[in-house]
Amino acid sequence: MQIQNEPISEDVMGWLNHEHVPSKMFTHREFAFTLPGDIYLRYNSFMTMEDFRKQVLKLLPSRFEIGAVYSAMPKDKKTLRPGVLQPILRELVFDIDMTDYDSIRTCCSGKGICKRCWGFIAVAVVVLDSALRNQFGFRNLLWVYSGRRGIHLWISDPEALALTDDQRKSLMGWLEVVKGGKEQMKKVNVRFGKGGVSPLHPALNAAFQHLKSSFYELVLQDQDSFSEEDNWKVLLEYLTDADMKRNLREDWAADLNRTSEEKWDDLRKAMTAAKHKEKKGHATKSEAQKDPNEINVPVTDRYTAAMEDIILEFMYPRLDSEVTKHRNHLLKAPFCVHPNTGRVCVPVEPEHVFDFDPEKVPTVQQLIKELDQLGSETHHSGELGEDVPKIICQYHGPPGYESDE
Amino acid sequence: MPAITSANAIKTTYNIYDDPPQDDITLEDFELWAIDRMRILAEIEASFARNRSYKDMSETISALSRKYLPLNSTTAKSIDVDAERKKDHISHFVLRLAFCRSEELRYRYVKSEMTWFRIKWDGNDTTERSQFVESLNLGWIPVEEEERISLLPELLAASQITLQPGTTINQYIENYYKVHWTKVPDLVERRRVFLKNGFAYVPAREQASIVFQAFHTNLEKQLMLTAKALPRLDEDNRILPILEHLSQGFVAGIASEYHVANPADSVTADMIDEISNKHFPLCMKNLHETLRKKHHLKHYGRLQYGLFLKVIGLSIEEAMIFWRKGFSGITDDKFNKEYKYNIRHSYGLEGKRTNYSAFSCQYIFTNHQPGVDDTHGCPYRHFSPENLESALVTHYGNQGVTPSVLPEIIQQVRSGHYHVACTRVFEISHGLKSGEGVGDGVSVTHPNEYAARSRELERQKLAPVDRDYPPGSAMEIDS
Ligand SMILES: [Zn+2]
Repeated sequence: MQIQNEPISEDVMGWLNHEHVPSKMFTHREFAFTLPGDIYLRYNSFMTMEDFRKQVLKLLPSRFEIGAVYSAMPKDKKTLRPGVLQPILRELVFDIDMTDYDSIRTCCSGKGICKRCWGFIAVAVVVLDSALRNQFGFRNLLWVYSGRRGIHLWISDPEALALTDDQRKSLMGWLEVVKGGKEQMKKVNVRFGKGGVSPLHPALNAAFQHLKSSFYELVLQDQDSFSEEDNWKVLLEYLTDADMKRNLREDWAADLNRTSEEKWDDLRKAMTAAKHKEKKGHATKSEAQKDPNEINVPVTDRYTAAMEDIILEFMYPRLDSEVTKHRNHLLKAPFCVHPNTGRVCVPVEPEHVFDFDPEKVPTVQQLIKELDQLGSETHHSGELGEDVPKIICQYHGPPGYESDE
Repeated sequence: MPAITSANAIKTTYNIYDDPPQDDITLEDFELWAIDRMRILAEIEASFARNRSYKDMSETISALSRKYLPLNSTTAKSIDVDAERKKDHISHFVLRLAFCRSEELRYRYVKSEMTWFRIKWDGNDTTERSQFVESLNLGWIPVEEEERISLLPELLAASQITLQPGTTINQYIENYYKVHWTKVPDLVERRRVFLKNGFAYVPAREQASIVFQAFHTNLEKQLMLTAKALPRLDEDNRILPILEHLSQGFVAGIASEYHVANPADSVTADMIDEISNKHFPLCMKNLHETLRKKHHLKHYGRLQYGLFLKVIGLSIEEAMIFWRKGFSGITDDKFNKEYKYNIRHSYGLEGKRTNYSAFSCQYIFTNHQPGVDDTHGCPYRHFSPENLESALVTHYGNQGVTPSVLPEIIQQVRSGHYHVACTRVFEISHGLKSGEGVGDGVSVTHPNEYAARSRELERQKLAPVDRDYPPGSAMEIDS
């Protein structure tokens, strides 16, 4: 392992600033510090990287967050006329948090995370990464492990930086699929028309192609999510056929040991039978009452649609939309150390996201130990506080950022 | 966006108002023309407040426009269309000056100008429209036929067009344009286009949406610029009073917001449990119940419920008591640090010192969609039917909302008439006939309206029966 000469701070600078001389991208940028004892300092900004470094070493914050580039220097907030300090530029950011998956994961809960439930995050990364590249045409995507139970995405294309709040909201509307509060049982409503079975929108179909294979492995086999009554009840919400719904509900309520795979199989069989029956012209009772507009929808039948929607409900990325929609939201900086877990917020490459193991991410304690060994080997001198970040930087460069040089 | 036309020769009835007028104008015309425009815009605002249909509103507005600010198409004979367009142009810029000064005024001005533009758009001939669109030069790239055919399944699925039996594929090929996605945010937000590499593939028939967006974006931006330039106008003491007067006219235009509590209705923290039980709509009962069970509410829940309680008549002092007791699981220190400021803020005692009004139903439907663990929002809109049914029976079961009336309510919910469902619950739980609503047949549009009417009905019931009717009262005549 070789220690680089550049301290981390210059990398942060390069990434935030897009060049190596401080510009407004840096000097008008908001930084927020969290100090021990839950003291939260917003609207800091710095003239040079050196100022920033000095302040960090002086305050020793447990973490720092990065905000928008403002129309004036955020540190002058108090002396500026109200309304003058407006966010102008901001990376397009996303936050995916494992807690939004608590109802469907069975291996961990709350603050816990393991390689198994990481699968949900991994799928989310693949789906979002491809949507943002292929549909929106973004190129500079930096995925960063949040240090505990989620992942952040920073997009720093010039076009992304310039998006207004309204445009961010539209983009979020495009991406968001799983919607509704706790009491909303059926959280996916993506079909149009009175019959409710229009084919999936091409963007959702692209996502669906990523999701379906993982659904089998993750939801049915690994997590066995439908062993929980709350979850299989959600599944039944998607069925339009009252008889089928009742039969399955009774069967599953009576057999508590029925696995998710078996339940999914029950569902498929019931649907195949119902389809078969329809073809023969023996319409079931509920079929006879169906909306006449439904007849003209030959592309997707309602059974296929229901299965697709269920897979979307359980696998589609669950996003914290507020973080993305507002330019003035702050997000923990990449390469920080999570104050509770000690884990470093390392970049994650989407191609290898399935191999990522959050429990194997180096902690700051491990890094210090490694550094001590290295220090004695190479006779490197210098203060520990400065060296730790060097290692962190060396551990993973920021792959999402391509400098203009 | 390139300049459209000069003020001297506006080529169509439509104007995106890019260039300020260069003409000289008398002070009298300055004011009178602006007032004429104001009549139209204020009526648009009022129509929104009264929740009139777009059709009704556009009929009224078209008639008003013909009277105060007619805009004939270029082909019109024996009419001085240039003079009409000049008046339109100048009055727009005068009102910009009047309404650029606060965020709220800007918002309302943009909304009513947008709506008027749309009404004009829908009412005019296509030649006039396409000339205007061409002049906008929005950077549309026609999609070549080859690409169109290769992408046809995606394009059709994106615009929710399904192939009908007995038709050929050629019948579905229409003209598409590639536009950068940020130019059509509303189509993107509703997922109504096909998106590839940052470009939205927009069917020709969606043109209008793009034009409206361009108008909207442009006007918002221009108003901000006007706001910055405005201080210089302060020196002209002839103009300022006129502008002041004009903007007042707009503020008075809307009346349906519940800003202030009736002093007779004021409540204290310890009364809320009982009032909630007797008078609150389901959304607020749900929040109240969550607060009591969890001893906490998340941010938007606190906001929705807090503003509602403020308008019910809970004073800031009582609000502090109510929330402090409600969040029983936390220390005083934490409460003071994390919640006190926000409560005071919502009473207009901190920050910008805005006296925020409580959320209307419309606002609750369309803003801050509840996340997976949130309890705010409208239960009729955001609960699943099963959970809604059980919530209704729990909260209103002893007031007549029994399982036998649920199908009727759920039916309204399924057809998207959430406020009608809420109104029906109000009627049933207050022993009113169907159709009576919250007074004069009006349906619920605001949670505070629901609670206020409920309390009023109770007062009427409790008031001692007054047998000495004043002479000439309706009762006497009837008998
Ligand atoms: Zn786990």
